[in-house]
Amino acid sequence: MDNELRSAAPVVRESAPDRSPWTPAVVPIVDRRQETGDVFTVTLAAPDGYRFRPGQFNMVTVFGVGECALSLAGASDEPTLRHTVRAVGSVTRALARLRPGDRVGLRGPYGSSWPLDQAAGHDLLLIAGGVGLPPLRPVMYHVLQRPDVFGRVTVLYGVRSPADILYRDELQQWAKQPGLKVWVIVAQADVAWRGPVGFVTTLFPALDLNPSTTWTFMCGPEAMMRFAARLLEERGVPDERIFLSLERNMQCTVGFCGHCQFGPEFVCMDGPVFSYWRIRHFFTIREA
Amino acid sequence: MSGAEPSPVVKRHAFLERLQEAQRQLLEPGLKSFTAAPGEYLAREGEPAHAFYLIQSGHVAIGTHLGERGAVPIQTVGPGDVVGWSWVVPPYRWQFDARAVDRVEGLFFEAAWLRELCEKNTTLGYQVLKQLIASISSRLAATRLQKLDVYG
Repeated sequence: MDNELRSAAPVVRESAPDRSPWTPAVVPIVDRRQETGDVFTVTLAAPDGYRFRPGQFNMVTVFGVGECALSLAGASDEPTLRHTVRAVGSVTRALARLRPGDRVGLRGPYGSSWPLDQAAGHDLLLIAGGVGLPPLRPVMYHVLQRPDVFGRVTVLYGVRSPADILYRDELQQWAKQPGLKVWVIVAQADVAWRGPVGFVTTLFPALDLNPSTTWTFMCGPEAMMRFAARLLEERGVPDERIFLSLERNMQCTVGFCGHCQFGPEFVCMDGPVFSYWRIRHFFTIREA
Repeated sequence: MSGAEPSPVVKRHAFLERLQEAQRQLLEPGLKSFTAAPGEYLAREGEPAHAFYLIQSGHVAIGTHLGERGAVPIQTVGPGDVVGWSWVVPPYRWQFDARAVDRVEGLFFEAAWLRELCEKNTTLGYQVLKQLIASISSRLAATRLQKLDVYG
């Protein structure tokens, strides 16, 4: 057991700006971009004094419809806030219909962040599935701005089909950086697809992994993370160096309402980023 | 596809390294190296399964033909993976196509030679099959997750 790591990890919890946690700021949409068929990115103006760390999330209100938790998908030092969203529920569908100049409510940032300071000097393995890539994108911006701080950086990104690949141009740019490998794998290929086909774990045998110095950050479907974590452990990666971001029904964001409770943890406050060591027991419990 | 006797240096592969040294020595005489150009087939559905491939570099798409959709890849395997278990199962015919996506380098055993060796030395055969089942198991697990469509 690595006690030093376990006491240190995770994770930095940033305080929300100095206002009631339930009072949203009203901010305009400054840009909107359609990423794939049902996934879009909205860029919001940031309230004064707003700062976030990679891995955190905001609560965004579409007035007259409702509020939802959205992970931050832009760089933590840029003056605007980017959220990449799949239009699947009433709030996200309504958000998809808004355009630059429209206003939304914004609370945040909330939750824990990826342990980038602790991972400095080590190899990074980022594993994303589907719309799990956006919460990891701020990590990539952090890494790209500090090329000498980390060892080898590998991104494994699994999606349903080539049409579902997010940030295609950026992925290509990342892959050109020295010391950085990016692999995109699709579950359903067409004849035109020249890349890997399979589930994201299909890429694992080819991973040149040094378990003693690799920190893994994962975000995606829980089934993906569960299987990936298990395979990483088989390769010798300690569970205290595997971090994952969970998605739950977050509402109050201050650990009061209990909607996001996960075992003894509140995903809104203690997460969304957890070390696998901390939650592995609850992660494997069947819900029904 | 071209084949040759590999030098000792290139006889390394995860599949072999999981076996004991004595078992590797029994297998070594049958080990050959190969290269395949992009687009070249290592296996064609329905044809005799003549080899067992150990991939060292490059990627191989395993797939089938679906009428108007053409050759559709189902899964891609890469360095450290193996290609082919039809050589173990009668009637020893490939069940799917295996085609090089990029330049592929690796090692292979001729199927008849390996089968005969495993039949004669069942202790070795059992160890080879255990390693093969580990590969099949992880490939099957990935395929099941792929089929679940969890990415949404």
